[in-house]
Amino acid sequence: MARAINSEIKAGRGSPHGGIFLDIASRRTPEYIRKRLPSMYHQFKELADVDITAEPMEIGPTCHYVMGGVEVDPDSAAARGSIEGLFAAGEVSGGMHGSNRLGGNSLSDLLVFGRRRAGVGAAEYATKIGERPKVAQSDVDEAVTEALAPFTRDSGENPFALQAELQQNMNDLVGLIRTADELEQAIKRLQELAARVHNAAATGGRAYNPSWHLALDLRNMLLVSECAAKAALMRQESRGGHTRDDFPKMDPVWRKVNLICKLDESGVQVVKQDIPEIPTRLLDLFEIDELHKYMTDEELTRHRDGGSLSDTTAASEGGAVNGVRRETARLARRRRGW
Amino acid sequence: MSEEIERLSYDVVVVGAGGAGLSAAIAARQAGKRVAIVCKSLFGKAHTVMAEGGAAAAMGNVNPNDNWEVHFRDTMRGGKFLNHWRMAEVHAKEAPDRIWELETYGALFDRTPEGKISQRNFGGHEYPRLAHVGDRTGLELIRTMQQKIVSLQQEDKRDHGSYESHIRVFAEATITRLLTDGNKIAGVFGYQRKTGEFFCLDAPAVVLAAGGIGKSFKVTSNSWEYTGDGHAMALLAGATLINMECIQFHPTGMVWPPSVRGILVTESVRGDGGVLKNSEGKRFMFNYVPEVFKAVRDHRGRGRPLVRGPGQQPASPGAAAP
Amino acid sequence: MGYDAKLRVWRGDDEGGELKDFTVEVNEGEVVLDVIHRLQATQAPDLAVRWNCKAGKCGSCSAEVNGRPRLMCMTRMNTFTEQETVTVTPLRTFPVVRDLVTDVSFNYEKALEMPAFQPPAELKPGEYRMAQVDVERSQEFRKCIECFLCQNTCHVVRDHDENKPAFSGPRMFIRAAELDMHPLDAAENRKEFAQESQGLGMCNITKCCTEVCPEGIHITDNAIIPMKERVVDRKYDPLVWLGSKIFKRAGA
Repeated sequence: MARAINSEIKAGRGSPHGGIFLDIASRRTPEYIRKRLPSMYHQFKELADVDITAEPMEIGPTCHYVMGGVEVDPDSAAARGSIEGLFAAGEVSGGMHGSNRLGGNSLSDLLVFGRRRAGVGAAEYATKIGERPKVAQSDVDEAVTEALAPFTRDSGENPFALQAELQQNMNDLVGLIRTADELEQAIKRLQELAARVHNAAATGGRAYNPSWHLALDLRNMLLVSECAAKAALMRQESRGGHTRDDFPKMDPVWRKVNLICKLDESGVQVVKQDIPEIPTRLLDLFEIDELHKYMTDEELTRHRDGGSLSDTTAASEGGAVNGVRRETARLARRRRGW
Repeated sequence: MSEEIERLSYDVVVVGAGGAGLSAAIAARQAGKRVAIVCKSLFGKAHTVMAEGGAAAAMGNVNPNDNWEVHFRDTMRGGKFLNHWRMAEVHAKEAPDRIWELETYGALFDRTPEGKISQRNFGGHEYPRLAHVGDRTGLELIRTMQQKIVSLQQEDKRDHGSYESHIRVFAEATITRLLTDGNKIAGVFGYQRKTGEFFCLDAPAVVLAAGGIGKSFKVTSNSWEYTGDGHAMALLAGATLINMECIQFHPTGMVWPPSVRGILVTESVRGDGGVLKNSEGKRFMFNYVPEVFKAVRDHRGRGRPLVRGPGQQPASPGAAAP
Repeated sequence: MGYDAKLRVWRGDDEGGELKDFTVEVNEGEVVLDVIHRLQATQAPDLAVRWNCKAGKCGSCSAEVNGRPRLMCMTRMNTFTEQETVTVTPLRTFPVVRDLVTDVSFNYEKALEMPAFQPPAELKPGEYRMAQVDVERSQEFRKCIECFLCQNTCHVVRDHDENKPAFSGPRMFIRAAELDMHPLDAAENRKEFAQESQGLGMCNITKCCTEVCPEGIHITDNAIIPMKERVVDRKYDPLVWLGSKIFKRAGA
């Protein structure tokens, strides 16, 4: 369905505001709709005076949640990379939800990784660090200069207009369904926008000034957009919250790969990194025929059913070492001509 | 710089006051640390309040067959196995304790007939698993933790003479930079929205709990705060980001009028007879049906025929080692 | 159809300000907050407005629209005629920060004084058992999104700053009621605290708070009046007080 909606919009057959129509009004009686969808009927009526019993709705793909985020150590929630003392939890962290989050798992994610992991992890780190790192005055001065810059750009651009352009770009080109052409276009446009974002101007004073706030936020929005677009271009498959029209299938080889974004002088770099290997005890919670969908044959040799009879028996007696099992399984599979 | 900047010192600074930030702040304070919480909105107004469905935790209150292993499986399937297995495992194992903990802070979840926390079904979860409070579960989480923080501040007032001796909330304040000393975190720099004045918090440990990036997209269910601050500042400080290509889109959110833009339309509209039409008034889904079938076939095609050795028993999930 | 609306918005800070007139485009189905945002994006980039979810769930965008305390995201423009001038001003009960943003710290200070939930000592996490019918009474009050419209409209403090130290306001009364009715709260003096320290007695039940509540919480009928009644009970009849606590435990 998502793909069909996307294709219609891109083919120019969308609704006036870039969506398509969802019509129940012409198909069911007002009484039926009000009875079946009471809260929706009332919500749209109250918020927008949209009467879903009388007119079609204009709907389209809506950005809801980002699975990606700060790469963390699963047990301490400490951020990976070249920095120490940084922790992350909740939507800003990545890895927990893989390529697609289940509804309900985000609230529990906040609790588990916020409390047990990040809060405790940060406290433990603060205890054992010994001498406290020092903030350099020059860094503070630099931060002040950066923060005040939007006030110094007399002929700068309206940050609200820049934000709208950025949002349109991401919506059109890095949205629900992606293609290499569009992603390349998006990255190019983001680079053009970057220069203009550096020229975003705030008008007025410093007290509660939304134009200033937005001018500063744009730096962040631009960076994360670049990450999303570049990583989306690199992953040549479709999986969960990443759908490529030019690579419509899920590919077990790509499952073994995490895409990591880091920043250097030339901007956002995306590199491939091996995904941590799932231990056999957890792999064995699944039926092997389900796992074929996700994993390569080689990986599945570690599954309880991934090898020969003797190998499975040995495992159940607790006498097999993983490496031995793997080798036995590999040989067994070769014998069967897999 | 001639400007006078307020400088304060903490053990842990938490950036963000949604569910994750407040959880982290509570834990760090309970570990005896002096904690600053910095949030862009007023205290208690985080995006977490938008979460309606519930919080998934395999407590087994409604179906006793539920346990962490089943929850783990569902999470991995949902994430198409791109999840970090250890995070999914820790999450599934610890979620029930975290929900029960909220009850000791005063949370009031909906109940089962036996008086336990009720759990509801939700897409992708094998058993009824979501602890909920009507359709305002996120609000209940935020309010509960907000009030727990107040109670900790009351203890601090009693024991140390000040509400803010161990937890101070910097509401309506934005962090613009993480400050470092070599490769170590040294503090944060930001401004107060109200006055526009800058402040600097020295701290050896910073917890980012700054939420998502939805505001980079035109149509989003996310609030204005979701400008990717945490993601971007982590990158700038030398941290790495993972899976940034994976973004959840709901195919049917309202795009117009603006007052409802981003509000999600449930699947049940189509179940109840709603149809999709293009600007020509045509039901375009018919054109795509063959594609859909093809997609399903391709999907199945990747599975291999099950080959078992002689005498091998079909495995059941129950037989799996814990 | 779109039209040009006449908007009058208060602009200024704690030192003073004035109503400014604007003409802003309005489209079908829009709410006041949409129009304020358009004004901000096209004519007044530094217009201060507090908002967050834009879906009536967070309680940030409280203001007075044509003098009535409202959430801007929940006030449709088509509730006004196209000729009508729509006036948007900040909440009157709280000090202005800038434009439509007020300093609502009064409410957070009162919250700090409110004794917290006291968990039952004899129960471990996971052992809590409560009946749905019992939690529902408190759940009604926990729907509160802290928009502070009730605090703003309450005449005890609206235009009466002198009452603020002794009066916590409707938001805190429903918090007191919520804890009082919580089946497992171990604290036993919620009503007395409300009466003696929160200024419950100053409320004379004009129901203004209930009328403005966007969540439809029956603040007066379900929280304030029962609290007032029970304060009277307890003051005169210790057995009633004791009985109510024992009954509550047994039924929990």
